[in-house]
Amino acid sequence: MRAAVPDLRYAPAPESTAPVTIRDSYGLFIGGEWVASANAATFVTQNPATEEKLAEVAYAEAADVDRAVRSARRGYEKYWRKLRPSERAKYVYRIARALTERSREFAVLETMDGGKPIREARDFDVPQASAHFFYHAGWADKLAWAIPGTERARPLGVVGAIVPWNFPLLIATWKIAPALACGNTIVLKPAETTPLTALLLAQVCLEAELPPGVVNVITGDGRTGAALVEHPDVDKLSFTGSTEVGKAIRRATAGTSKRLSLELGGKSAFIVYDDAPLDQTIEGIVSGIYFNQGHVCCAGSRLLVQENVAADLIERLRARIATLRHGDPLDKNTDIGAINSKAQRDKIVELVQSGVEEGAVLVQADFMPPERGYWYPASFFTRVQPTYRIAREEIFGPVLSVMTFRTPDEAIERANNLPYGLSAGVWTSSGALGMYTAQRLQAGVVWCNTFNQFDPSSPFGGYKESGFGREGGLAGLRAYLET
Amino acid sequence: MPSGPTRVDAVMLEARATVLASRSIKTSAKRLALDLVVACMDLTTLEGKDTPSKVRGLCARGISPAPGVPSVAAICIYPALVAVAREALEGSSVKVASVATAFPSGLSPLDVKLRETREALEAGAQEIDMVIDRAAFLAGDYGRVSGEIAAVRDACEGATLKVILEVGELGSYAAIRRACDLALEAGADFLKTSTGKLGVSSTPAVALLMCESIRDHARRTGRCVGLKLAGGIRNSKAALGYVAIVHETLGNDWLRPERFRIGASTLLDDVLMQREKERTGSYAGADYVATA
Repeated sequence: MRAAVPDLRYAPAPESTAPVTIRDSYGLFIGGEWVASANAATFVTQNPATEEKLAEVAYAEAADVDRAVRSARRGYEKYWRKLRPSERAKYVYRIARALTERSREFAVLETMDGGKPIREARDFDVPQASAHFFYHAGWADKLAWAIPGTERARPLGVVGAIVPWNFPLLIATWKIAPALACGNTIVLKPAETTPLTALLLAQVCLEAELPPGVVNVITGDGRTGAALVEHPDVDKLSFTGSTEVGKAIRRATAGTSKRLSLELGGKSAFIVYDDAPLDQTIEGIVSGIYFNQGHVCCAGSRLLVQENVAADLIERLRARIATLRHGDPLDKNTDIGAINSKAQRDKIVELVQSGVEEGAVLVQADFMPPERGYWYPASFFTRVQPTYRIAREEIFGPVLSVMTFRTPDEAIERANNLPYGLSAGVWTSSGALGMYTAQRLQAGVVWCNTFNQFDPSSPFGGYKESGFGREGGLAGLRAYLET
Repeated sequence: MPSGPTRVDAVMLEARATVLASRSIKTSAKRLALDLVVACMDLTTLEGKDTPSKVRGLCARGISPAPGVPSVAAICIYPALVAVAREALEGSSVKVASVATAFPSGLSPLDVKLRETREALEAGAQEIDMVIDRAAFLAGDYGRVSGEIAAVRDACEGATLKVILEVGELGSYAAIRRACDLALEAGADFLKTSTGKLGVSSTPAVALLMCESIRDHARRTGRCVGLKLAGGIRNSKAALGYVAIVHETLGNDWLRPERFRIGASTLLDDVLMQREKERTGSYAGADYVATA
């Protein structure tokens, strides 16, 4: 018999939340202990896909920040600076192994607290995070080789780290791993909407028997971060977040001896030449702008395509976004999860509205959002003029602005014509044209015929108002050393 | 728009194929997809030791793999066994597919290839799986390759023509894409990955690349060509990965025997066991699956 074949639809394939135990409430992690905040203030962290409350989290005021910094100073003077580098490495390796062993737990928790698809948390965030610990653990007793010409590369002391909500665990790791490997202690302030994986990491540090005060985690909002920035006993600040806050931090630390690394916003150019492999370019665009709902500082949010292939590329992109699977972030087949917060969703809506009003043409994936949670469909704009807000401002959502160019020099000129310079993408089958372009782009990282490739050994950071200092690789080590 | 061969880059091609091949197809979707795999299967035996009785057993299994399971799409065999298969499949929906054109190397004179094709058709073959001349392709003699496909196309009017590219011998994704485009222009009804005689045959990235070529051809000409994956697809998990690639690249219109085939000899065993597991919740041993 030959039966009629019904249409295939994927059944729900939710990742189990069984590995995760979320406590009702979390304290601050200071001096190797869980403690309440001084005035017992708390705030709520929720699941952005359901708006359900996940936990109450202690809110750190200035007094708590002071306590955490003093704890980090004690940890530095009493234990960490005195430890042989090879012993430091053992602790960092221990954290790396724990992260690997508990990877599923971290991935599910990251997805629940932040809204990103489990596939990304599982295949990108958590493996990258443990890779950063492994990589930096290896450097701990080899720093004299890492920085040639310095036989006595020394730690800086107490590091204050403020991380954003888009890659909460991973970016915390970018700061904790090199700080510890280089002999510093740290006070970490995770983002207000995504504190849970940083708190789980604190638990891992506790179970790894890290000496008290070496890693401290204080939860709170921008005021908590500001208190950390202004604390006089912090030797170095490492901040990842918006350019606006980055500028405020730079002003606040001017005239002090604090070292500063800033990794800020971007509006990265994605240049497509007419000899590009178009189907793979589409996948690069999808990774560039729709990865993590576009909540990516290095997102390829400005597509510059050569005029003679623009129509073909746009048609392919239109067809491709129709196949993106929006919805439950815990579903293993989801490509686009939830927007991280109501505030961010509102910001995306406002900027998209400005694009429509200025005259761009909006194309959106057909997606009926659930009643609860914060959502935005994969979108792109055509007929964008370089003067429009959507061509110049960071949207930090799944919204791409498409513009065209005629010659390589025009593409390069347009790509560089913004105060940002975090990443860029170049798509061509000509190696020579790829190199010509990459050499002229003002961007901290240029990917050729690929996008969003990361490795702990490869430095990441920005030009211009996208920040300064590098994270990862040898350049990243320097940021945590007196050389 | 620039002309010339379509450009392909390995990194993002493989990245996309990896995501698709690891889609999680569970519960109701898995049951449906497993039946689809059976209904789209070219149950194959291509060995020097194939005998009429072996082929009759395979045909019986193809018509009725297990109670409640759909028939396979076709039985794929050498030309010498076509008559046996045609007789055994009489009255069923299962088609007779014959390899031809000096399978697997394709290195015989064109008149020999055409005569072999005609004789297979006269013996009752309804589908012809031809191989391209890889030697000519690699030497850059593309006109000869497409000329041969067109000649076989003419020789098997009314029958379904599957063109085997033998992707493992072509050397690069760009070459595979070029071979796809060439076979599509020359009139193939199906593009087929490989003979199954090589170690390297179907991979998710190659399947994706072929889907993209078929999709572009359909967009350009309106002609919808099928895809046959063959060589090394031995378990359900791998087969479901390919189903996901076709589903998300070409769409559900392609997930039917007229446009999608999986050529395999042992895959059916695992599919039947997986199907039973979905039905009963536990694995039956291989002894409970009737093999041919």
